[in-house]
Amino acid sequence: MATPITQPLTKRSQVVSEKRMTLMERIYLPAIIKGMGITLKHFFRLRKATVKYPEQLRPMSPVYRGMHVLKRDEQGRERCTACGLCAVACPAEAITMVAAERRKGEEKLYREEKYAAVYEINMLRCIFCGDCEDACPKEAIFLTDRLVPTDYTRGTFVYGKQWLVEPLDPALRVDVSKRQPKAVAEFKKDRNFAHNR
Amino acid sequence: MIPTVIFLVALLLVTLGVAAYATYAERKVAAFMQDRIGPDRAGPFGLLQPIADGVKMIMKEDFMPASANRWLFFLGPAIAMTTALLTGVVIPWGGTLDLGGTAFRLQVADPDIGILYVFAMVSIGVYGIMLGGWASNNKYALYGAIRAASQMVSYELAMGMSIVALVILTGSLSLNDIVEQQRAGLWNIVYQPLGFLLFVICAFAECNRAPFDLPECETELVGGYHTEYSSMKLGFYLFAEYVNMFISSAVISTLYFGGYDVPFLDGLGLPQNVTVVLGTVALFLKITFFIFLFMWVRWTLPRFRYDQLMDLGWKSLIPLAILNVLLTGVGYYLKNGI
Repeated sequence: MATPITQPLTKRSQVVSEKRMTLMERIYLPAIIKGMGITLKHFFRLRKATVKYPEQLRPMSPVYRGMHVLKRDEQGRERCTACGLCAVACPAEAITMVAAERRKGEEKLYREEKYAAVYEINMLRCIFCGDCEDACPKEAIFLTDRLVPTDYTRGTFVYGKQWLVEPLDPALRVDVSKRQPKAVAEFKKDRNFAHNR
Repeated sequence: MIPTVIFLVALLLVTLGVAAYATYAERKVAAFMQDRIGPDRAGPFGLLQPIADGVKMIMKEDFMPASANRWLFFLGPAIAMTTALLTGVVIPWGGTLDLGGTAFRLQVADPDIGILYVFAMVSIGVYGIMLGGWASNNKYALYGAIRAASQMVSYELAMGMSIVALVILTGSLSLNDIVEQQRAGLWNIVYQPLGFLLFVICAFAECNRAPFDLPECETELVGGYHTEYSSMKLGFYLFAEYVNMFISSAVISTLYFGGYDVPFLDGLGLPQNVTVVLGTVALFLKITFFIFLFMWVRWTLPRFRYDQLMDLGWKSLIPLAILNVLLTGVGYYLKNGI
């Protein structure tokens, strides 16, 4: 048998009774003045709860799951091979892709023989769970701490490769190292994953 | 004649300007009391917010329900706004200026029955709300209007009673006389603390301000009497509330806090015009404080339930007001005889 709780859950809990109000309580004014004191205290409090969003950002978790990125490898080749595992893993069915075969002369663009000619994520369907990232065998897709910007029409939220693939310029590459804790990075050095490096 | 016209126009502009910035102040005060920042996008510190709001109101579609009574629907906001603006003319905004030899009082009109005029205008203001609610042909609007009307009628009684006590004391209904008497002696708040409290509570109810904002009680009546209003007609209703607040604060300051009187200023021997200007500044500081009080109370207290409102008005405030009249009468008799 569970022991009954004897101590109050918070320090602020009060015993409620149906006793009649005293005269001081019935004339309201003391209570009103007390309440006005509280609001006045807040009026002069300098610490405000507001975050002026576009200029000011709330501190984000280093592993925040925001807008996706399709990574390139060190030589600037797209890692994605359009295997479709991310689309299968996606619980919201937000990912679609069309695969294509790499032609001769495109070896500098695509890492392997097959690549995604079209890769689209519907950002309105996406629940940012990160399952696509887990499913990806090629370390191609990652969620980042960037936010999906707002817009007025639904169509604009279907993000194609032009928004998802990271820029070629090494300086503009998207850093996803934060999404990989040390243990994971260690684990990925295993011989069995050599094909991904 | 010409100074009077200039003064009248200036008064109109100042009233509208103060009311416009009262809307801004309201949002800022509300924000600060809730640990927020408030409007800060339009201009530095959001100071252009009232203009942005005004432009927004004008640009909105002016919609009139098909079943509404066209004329009354139009008349409602017009009456609300007009009566709110008309009250300012009897309030003494300052002493007598010396304009190169000619004396000029900073008061548009000084009727012998100044207080009654204020009351008359406030009472007509109920028609603006009543007509608007009735003409909308919407049950929520009608409920709001009926509540407003009954609330205002109830609280006007207690308000009138607290004024009766003040009139016993001063022996005059002219606002100017009342201020001059306070300049000579002590402020009326000293003699009439209970009357002041009753007057302020009733002024809150008359302005339909929280905790007495039942006419527009969003949770149960959508928007109250202005549910069906949109565009600048709605703007007029909302704006009239702030004008009323400004005028009420001016009346409270005039009746109980010495109007444009600054204690001990006359003894300093400053030039007359400087004294007058300082007096007007003092009046506006007092008004600012009371406008802040209006907002302070609004963002502190929850709204009354309707039956509680009526109970408070009829069972507490009116008996107290009568008691106040009685005590004042006895006190006056003991001091001065009949």
